[in-house]
Amino acid sequence: MTDAISVAGLVKTFGPTKALDGLDLVVRTGEVHGFLGPNGAGKSTTIRILLGMMRADAGVARLLGGDPWADATALHRRLAYVPGDVVLWPGLSGGEVIDLLGRMRGGLNKRRRTELLERFDLDPRKKGRAYSKGNRQKVALVAALASDVELLLLDEPTSGLDPLMEEAFREAVREEQRRGDRTVLLSSHILSEVEALCDRVTIIRDGRTVETGTLTELRHLTRTTIEAELAGPADGLAAMPGVHDLLVRDGRVRFDIDAAALDPALRHLTAAGVRSLVSRPPTLEELFLRHYSSTPAAHDSSQPAAQDAPEATR
Amino acid sequence: MTALTGTWGLVRLILRRDRVLTPLWVLVLGLVPISYVASIDGLFPSAAARQQYADLSAHNAGFVALYGRLHGSSLGELVAWRGGFIPVMAGLFCILTVIRHTRAEEDSGRRELLGSAVVGRHAPLAAALVSVFAAGLVLCAVLALGMIGQGLPAAGSWAFGAELAVTGWVFAAVAAMAAQLTAGAGSARAIAIGALAAAYVLRIVGDVGALDDGTPSWAGRLSPLEWVTWIRPYGEDAWWPVALTAGVAVALALGAAALSTRRDLGAGLLPPRLGRPAAGPALRSPLALAWRLHRGLLAGWAAGFAVLGVVLGYLAASVADLVRDAPQMADVFARLGGAAGLVDDYLAATTNLFGLIASAYAVQATLRARAEETSGRAEAVLGTAVGRLRWLGGHLAFSLLGPAAVLAAAGLAMGLAHGLNTGEAARQTSRLLAAALVQLPAVWVLAGVTVALYGLLPRLTALGWGAPVFCLLIGMVGAAIGLDQWVLDVSPFTHVPRLPADRFGVVPLASLSAIAAALTAAGLAAFRRRDLPIP
Repeated sequence: MTDAISVAGLVKTFGPTKALDGLDLVVRTGEVHGFLGPNGAGKSTTIRILLGMMRADAGVARLLGGDPWADATALHRRLAYVPGDVVLWPGLSGGEVIDLLGRMRGGLNKRRRTELLERFDLDPRKKGRAYSKGNRQKVALVAALASDVELLLLDEPTSGLDPLMEEAFREAVREEQRRGDRTVLLSSHILSEVEALCDRVTIIRDGRTVETGTLTELRHLTRTTIEAELAGPADGLAAMPGVHDLLVRDGRVRFDIDAAALDPALRHLTAAGVRSLVSRPPTLEELFLRHYSSTPAAHDSSQPAAQDAPEATR
Repeated sequence: MTALTGTWGLVRLILRRDRVLTPLWVLVLGLVPISYVASIDGLFPSAAARQQYADLSAHNAGFVALYGRLHGSSLGELVAWRGGFIPVMAGLFCILTVIRHTRAEEDSGRRELLGSAVVGRHAPLAAALVSVFAAGLVLCAVLALGMIGQGLPAAGSWAFGAELAVTGWVFAAVAAMAAQLTAGAGSARAIAIGALAAAYVLRIVGDVGALDDGTPSWAGRLSPLEWVTWIRPYGEDAWWPVALTAGVAVALALGAAALSTRRDLGAGLLPPRLGRPAAGPALRSPLALAWRLHRGLLAGWAAGFAVLGVVLGYLAASVADLVRDAPQMADVFARLGGAAGLVDDYLAATTNLFGLIASAYAVQATLRARAEETSGRAEAVLGTAVGRLRWLGGHLAFSLLGPAAVLAAAGLAMGLAHGLNTGEAARQTSRLLAAALVQLPAVWVLAGVTVALYGLLPRLTALGWGAPVFCLLIGMVGAAIGLDQWVLDVSPFTHVPRLPADRFGVVPLASLSAIAAALTAAGLAAFRRRDLPIP
């Protein structure tokens, strides 16, 4: 299976600021890939380089087997893009915009257009200036989802959608997923959305990739919260490597444990006698916060942040 | 009056936002008539000379149409008459300012933000009108004090100032009305400027009609621009027309406030029209999209050029009258052009002027591409299978061919009006159509400058406006203030054959076209290479 998107060592500077600083991103064909990062991390810049609207200063970017800059027009026939902040022409109706964008992309599935309009509860007769932010977003989503394309580039597509419409969006993406031949790159801030939809995730920060992999893999790379009721005292637990934020009270312990240290820590607990045990895997939110709230220290993509993340993140 | 709570704060906000723009137009409009004093005094130093000039002008249809009727020959009266176009400009600036602070604020959503603060229902409209009315008073004071400083009578100077102020007020109030009617600053602006243009045309019809029998026709009485001429500064100094116009302005403002209570924020009284649920079969390319985006602008310019063409074409015959009535003026005209015929000189100068104005349209149309890019709408199109050159080409079709259409409209209108006047419609129409279209290569050079800026220095694209302004200045005052020929030669319009007075020449047109093509190609090449920044 080839990769729909493969980006390696991408660098892009705007004057004194480095927007991308050696970013890596691999999106496999047929997967829904979550692209996470705080504001200004370089998500939109990456997408614009993939769209051929900007040229990278260094690094390699391949999109659907082509060069995003040189083959832009040909590649754009095979993809659809939804920007984070959709701006429409004030005098064109939503329906006109959907058709125009679809036609310029090379075709629109009429049946799917009708279906999506209904699902998103969108009136296509309104003029661009009359739509609210959420409705403008829906226009771009319908235009993209109704096109017969291989790749969807969605840059924070649900900003401004109400929860009902967000569910409609998720359902639409799941349908794409079931069809199997469509790849989706979903840049997002809404972690529940990414958790619900994405096969794999890439987290970037300050223009660099800090984590990438399936959610299971990512969870594996980070801490699990353990709560246990013990028969006897668990002396020495605090001194064990990989144990963080230990709380001991009335025979109950609660601590976070690095994935690598899970096994010895559990042995230690069973030695003391376990009466009950709750183990909670980290949510994506915790993963995310850990990477973002730490100081901009050097995160190495091969060495995930488990060791050097400060305790203050919990 | 809780409906007006917060007005003062909003007035201060408006003054802060307009701290450059408003003082600028107030000063320019105030100083231009002041500068006429010295120039008219220099041209006609004696009472006898002024009398002769006044007799001549008062009966010339062209002058009457442009400036209004002239009732006396004192220096003050001549200055006030010559400044007859200034009230129209005051009205225009007041319209733009009021729309900018009312309807445009609603469009942008900023009004909503303010409305949620402690701001009364009528406060934003009241603040806009208070600011503009105050600007009118300042304009009145600047003009009056300047005129008194030039040694003109105080009573007349204040009356002249009041003429400008109340004209501004009445059109500010018209704009306030227009802002209630439609959703969208563009259409509100169009309605208000349309009302100003209608008032101007009614004033012309009334005044030119009065040339025959001495009494203004009923048409003029409908126009606020006619009412303010009844003030007759330095002559009668009548204050009742000031009171009348100011009263109408206040009534319109109250009417606008009443209308505003009958609509929702952001909506207009005229219901918004729904669009098509699906695109028509033709809307499938960047060019078709550009047509939708440009057609309103193109139609507006073409209509404006046609009307101006009719007026200026109609006046061509009166140039001949002027020369017949005043042989001493013939020298002035002869110096400006050849001796081939003063009317043809006038026509050549007029079509040249049309070319200069059309280049402003060319720049404006080119800047649309930049606006599409910075707003993020270009991104939507370029994200599809549309290449950069195809996208930009759609817009450039209008900045290059649009001027051809509006110049053709002007040429045809001038030719028809002048031709019907002189009984040779077919000949004049084809001559003036050619004279208008011959301006195109020069227009294209200025469009090319903007395209080159857009490609190479996108942030500075707006500097493209500098080119037509520079050429207009050179064209208007260059010869008069004796600039060196090489400075004049910088303007492409200097090189356009002066049809119909002179011969047609291929070489200058071909050279200008080549320069325009080179500039455009440079812009396109750079645009293909550069980054499209995140909006």
